[in-house]
Amino acid sequence: MSVLVYTESENGKFKKNAFEAASYAKEVASLLGTSAIAITFNAHDNESLGENGISKVLKVSNEQLKTFNAKAFASVIAQAVEKENAKVVIVSSSADTKFMVPILAARLKAGYAPNVVAAPESIEPFTVKRTAFSNKGFAHTQINTDIKIVGVSNNAFGQIENKVDIEIEDFSPNIDDSSFLMKSIEVDKVVGKATIADADIVVSGGRGLKGPENWGMIEELAEVLGAATACSKPVSDLGWRPHGEHVGQTGKPVASNLYIAIGISGAIQHLAGVSASKTKVVINTDPEAPFFRAADYGIVGDAFEVVPKLIEKLKDFKAQNT
Amino acid sequence: MKILVCISNVPDTTSKINFADGDTKFDTNGVQFVINPNDEFGLTRAMWFKEKQGSTVHVATVGEVSVEPTLRKALAIGADEAIRINAVPTDGLFVAQQLAEVVKNGQYDLVIAGRESIDYNGGMVPGMLATLLDVNFVNTCIGLEIEEDEEDKVTAIREIDGGKETLATTLPLVVGGQKGLVEESELRIPNMRGIMMARKKALNVVEPIDAIQGTEDKKFEKPAPKGTVKLVDSDKIEELIDLLHNEAKVI
Ligand SMILES: Cc1cc2nc3c(=O)[nH]c(=O)nc-3n(C[C@H](O)[C@H](O)[C@H](O)COP(=O)(O)OP(=O)(O)OC[C@H]3O[C@@H](n4cnc5c(N)ncnc54)[C@H](O)[C@@H]3O)c2cc1C
Repeated sequence: MSVLVYTESENGKFKKNAFEAASYAKEVASLLGTSAIAITFNAHDNESLGENGISKVLKVSNEQLKTFNAKAFASVIAQAVEKENAKVVIVSSSADTKFMVPILAARLKAGYAPNVVAAPESIEPFTVKRTAFSNKGFAHTQINTDIKIVGVSNNAFGQIENKVDIEIEDFSPNIDDSSFLMKSIEVDKVVGKATIADADIVVSGGRGLKGPENWGMIEELAEVLGAATACSKPVSDLGWRPHGEHVGQTGKPVASNLYIAIGISGAIQHLAGVSASKTKVVINTDPEAPFFRAADYGIVGDAFEVVPKLIEKLKDFKAQNT
Repeated sequence: MKILVCISNVPDTTSKINFADGDTKFDTNGVQFVINPNDEFGLTRAMWFKEKQGSTVHVATVGEVSVEPTLRKALAIGADEAIRINAVPTDGLFVAQQLAEVVKNGQYDLVIAGRESIDYNGGMVPGMLATLLDVNFVNTCIGLEIEEDEEDKVTAIREIDGGKETLATTLPLVVGGQKGLVEESELRIPNMRGIMMARKKALNVVEPIDAIQGTEDKKFEKPAPKGTVKLVDSDKIEELIDLLHNEAKVI
């Protein structure tokens, strides 16, 4: 019996969520008195997982799996589950992983609890705490099946140092051609910019910014902070910003360390989608804006004055602290 | 083309969330239920296929009799028939197995579900359904074109972290849809005629099949109340930077 974790990488480099998932897997393995095994796809530096308690890596090196393919990845992970007799499978919450895991769960006939925010509350029965109702509540969910899948929220459990000896084993699974019936014909992706899913900091603009021509300062603030840019729903509906930036209950969820809302009123649907962020800052002219009741820090003021000043001060701060 | 749109009956986005029976159940008291927003985009795209390509559109949901007004709304928007699987939907794998049975019996070419329901946020039904049916699957789908001929070629666009990906595939297909399948402005509010017609359309109730119940929500809780916001003067922005650096430790 073992705990298996899918550690996600991009261009060979592990994502931050991979180390969080690995840390979570180690925690579950300790509770079960077994070891945590990772499966990696074309990743470099597999040894680094040993820092977070992974004692064995099943290393898949395969040209066909260089680009993400949900069905093929699920099939490979299912084979690893069988090989290692894994009873608990740990995954992250990235968009690709959320695409892949239901396929894996249906194949394994495994109960799947997504959006989990803490270590299991109990092992027998297996119970985890997860967010529900778009962050307006938590559910304590029991997984009943023999094989259990836990999806760990970003920035929730954290990365935990736990250095162990690690063994790297080459793993050559069967690749089923039927997975490639669906062909990727074009990928249109911003490169070199943090994404909302992975960023530690997200800078978000609302209708208070008046028009798309005013986004320069949002972009600049994001650049200074190494942050992703996001927006409220009306901003994307008006075509000021691409739909991919729309965050909230009906857009992308945000679970960053820092979320900065500029000219966003804080409607219930907006807050639902962003409130999993650890620290929230609001900049708004209206002291009655609902966002002030959901934020940790706030500035009552005009974004057109506050944001440029904030950029200047942050540049000074960065200059002193690097 | 025969399309099934899977619909989840969820609390309106403005709902306050409370729990009842010793925090073991969602409290439906005073809550307005609606078609899950992601599903509504899918239903609207299905109406487009109905009008432009002559498709037949059915809607299905797993739920008790209380979900029927939501199905009637889908019929009023223009779906031809509705199916209710008479069970309480508490686990994604359970729901997917029920829907798979409906799809097999109804021989649908295209199944459109929502990427995620806004109540339990499982995000798993479409992918599980596709896998149980052993058909192609596109999640977070924001664009869908289908050429109906011998090959039934599908071009689908899916949202990915930081961008989008265009995929070529074929029917039969399951998609997990969201905004982008149609624009917000294309969503339809049922008119009087639609509502009258919906009353006469078939709403078939089927009993659930035996299925695995993968998970159970044993207890719920509300988030701890938020502390009050710390306000910083707009002339003292360095204070904000100091708080973010030394107190919140996020920069
Ligand atoms: C079914 C449904 C789903 C929805 N889902 C989402 C969702 O997922 N995400 C989402 O964001 N919304 C969602 N909404 C919309 C939501 O209800 C709000 O309408 C929306 O969030 C408001 O966007 P906003 O804050 O940018 O704009 P507004 O509410 O117009 O707020 C603009 C704010 O800017 C401030 N402001 C104005 N000028 C300045 C200035 N110079 N400097 C600083 N501040 C200024 C104003 O005081 C105001 O608070 C949904 C709505 C529905 C009905």
